[in-house]
Amino acid sequence: MSSRDRVLGRIRRATAGYGAAPEPAVPRDYLRVHGVRTPAGTADLLAAHLAEYRARVHRTDGDGIAALLARLLAERGARTVLVPPGLPPYWLAEARATRVEDRPGSDPYELDAVDSVVTGCALAIAETGTIVLDAGPGQGRRRITLIPDHHVCVVRVPDQVVDSVPQALPLLDPARPLTWISGPSATSDIELDRVEGVHGPRTLEVVLLAGRAQ
Amino acid sequence: MSGTFMGMPGMPGMPGMPERSDRPDAPELPATPALPDFPAFPDAARQAVGDPVLRANLRRATHTIRDKRARAVAELADWDRLRAAGKAIKDHTLRHLDRYLVQLEEAVTAAGGTVHWAADADEANRIVTGLVLATGHREVVKVKSMATQEIGLNEALEAAGIAAYETDLAELIVQLGHDRPSHILVPAIHRNRAEIREIFAAEMGRRGRPAPEGLGDDPRELAEAARLHLREKFLRAKVAVSGANFMVAETGTMVVFESEGNGRMCLTLPETLISVVGIEKVVPTFRDLEVFLQTLPRSSTAERMNPYTTMWTGLGPSRGADDDGPSAFHLVLLDNGRTDTLADEVGRQALRCIRCSACLNVCPVYERAGGHAYGSVYPGPIGAVLSPQLRGTGSAIDASLPYASTLCGACYEVCPVAIDIPEVLVHLRERVAQGGPVTREGIRVRIRPARGHTAERAAMRAARLLLDRPGALRAGERLLARARRLRPRRLPGPGRAWTDSRELPQLPAQSFRDWWARERGDRA
Ligand code: SF4
Repeated sequence: MSSRDRVLGRIRRATAGYGAAPEPAVPRDYLRVHGVRTPAGTADLLAAHLAEYRARVHRTDGDGIAALLARLLAERGARTVLVPPGLPPYWLAEARATRVEDRPGSDPYELDAVDSVVTGCALAIAETGTIVLDAGPGQGRRRITLIPDHHVCVVRVPDQVVDSVPQALPLLDPARPLTWISGPSATSDIELDRVEGVHGPRTLEVVLLAGRAQ
Repeated sequence: MSGTFMGMPGMPGMPGMPERSDRPDAPELPATPALPDFPAFPDAARQAVGDPVLRANLRRATHTIRDKRARAVAELADWDRLRAAGKAIKDHTLRHLDRYLVQLEEAVTAAGGTVHWAADADEANRIVTGLVLATGHREVVKVKSMATQEIGLNEALEAAGIAAYETDLAELIVQLGHDRPSHILVPAIHRNRAEIREIFAAEMGRRGRPAPEGLGDDPRELAEAARLHLREKFLRAKVAVSGANFMVAETGTMVVFESEGNGRMCLTLPETLISVVGIEKVVPTFRDLEVFLQTLPRSSTAERMNPYTTMWTGLGPSRGADDDGPSAFHLVLLDNGRTDTLADEVGRQALRCIRCSACLNVCPVYERAGGHAYGSVYPGPIGAVLSPQLRGTGSAIDASLPYASTLCGACYEVCPVAIDIPEVLVHLRERVAQGGPVTREGIRVRIRPARGHTAERAAMRAARLLLDRPGALRAGERLLARARRLRPRRLPGPGRAWTDSRELPQLPAQSFRDWWARERGDRA
């Protein structure tokens, strides 16, 4: 007998006692959203919760984004910046840092040598202070937001922001690789002191970009 | 068939050893293999109680997490409803576990993954070792996984000439310190910063990049040393081993919650990813995650959300062709005593556990005894009910674990999937003391009542430990005394919520204190 059959057989014997007893339905009466907010209020909550996790939050619009990103990279002293395919070119129009294309086949050592990475996101969740990446346009492969020490993530406000986790899941495609990020990498393993940045980026900057996608 | 190995050896000749069933055709089970002694809970706990540094570390840690958690939970007005939903989702899944595992297997396979089934620890270790050897590589990076600790995978890999590197900071501290984890969430909670500095300075160089010269004991510096030490391993790693917090039957999606990014490193950089996951971790639908994404982080690290959660489905839509993640994915589905636990109508609720560790932090016994006293990778209240079910009650430690509690009910109160740990503890005490039918390795057997006074002795020693520390017992014992008078009515005060939602467990005829008084009186 294969182990598959053995394990499934054990399960069937173990659960036989349930018989035809009626089964209660899973109660779904929990809230879809916690609180009533305007779109602006939702964006404010996202900003507040991100900041609580020590992400740096900035706000701008289509006219200001190129200057803001150029400034953030310059302040960091970034000489190189990773650019995923599909990132709107005007975002980095004023940046001095040398662009490094994300391409399949680049090995982790190459990525380790890059200073910063700029991406968009799939969506952001205000109640938990979370951004979600799904490797879509402007986001690139999972590894590019992991290895460089500085990640700048642009969130379009309000159309990429939802209030809650239950609102977020139906918008995501589970077939795609999903990375949920809530603040920079952190550990509390040493005497419960929180330290930012162990293996993932030590600095996460989130840019809330007002205005809808063109 | 081999015995269930859970990171610690068993002992023969103890209460709860299986004997011939009343069914004439029932085979006699082999005895738990004789291995070196492991002390029963009370003996191991006594050591911890006598260690002031350990106790201070534990106390501070559990109280800090406990208070933060209460605030994080209070933020959600629908916490009770989320808890009820989480419980119901898990119960529903367990009831139809065969169907959901088959569905999961199909979904993972369709997405380019390979599914393996392991009935016990030995088989899981053989599968993983074989998969690693087949890659031609001789080292693996690991992200914290209790399932692989449970089966002793690192030791099995080492025996096959494969080096396994733990990458979670706490696990690294434990591994470099030649130590065992003492907490589900913060496994090195028993170590303070000075001890960690010592371990890093002495051991890092022997396993790779040494600690920087003049390393201090600031947590920031220590974390930086770990970052540098592990980064060289992440960048060159070709094979990774992980666990998973959830698996979605409908889509084949695997989910890992973490904080440091070591999980993301292991899950995305290597060419081959091998995930070893207990069969009870499956949930039916992608939507079900909306419950656990809200309850697990708040219950566990007291955060609205943990820094990183990774979800992946097989090799992704392009089946690995876009180089985003591993090009080979293996899922090893682990039984190792879980189906035996499922066969127990009272005890099976322990399989709902999502390993948040909230029950550890509120437990007065854990706070004093420390995680090592539980003799398994699952410490605290959940360990006290899970280990004797996964492993059977045949060893000294497993027979004593159901007594390692004051039955105060705090663990049930905090549990985000509403596992009635006190009820299971009482049930397991009965099993140790009175024997009865159980399932071991899929076969229905009847275990004898504990021989002679063995069970009583196990209980007695646990009672003595607790009674010698009046603070540890007071809350629970008071509740018990009241419960005895009032049963089956509702409990007053802090016990009310406890009885609101369920029947009180059958209580022992005597309280610990009465029992202790009698025993001590007899001896005097
Ligand atoms: S038993 Fe409940 S509280 Fe304890 S670790 Fe499991 S889920 Fe958390």
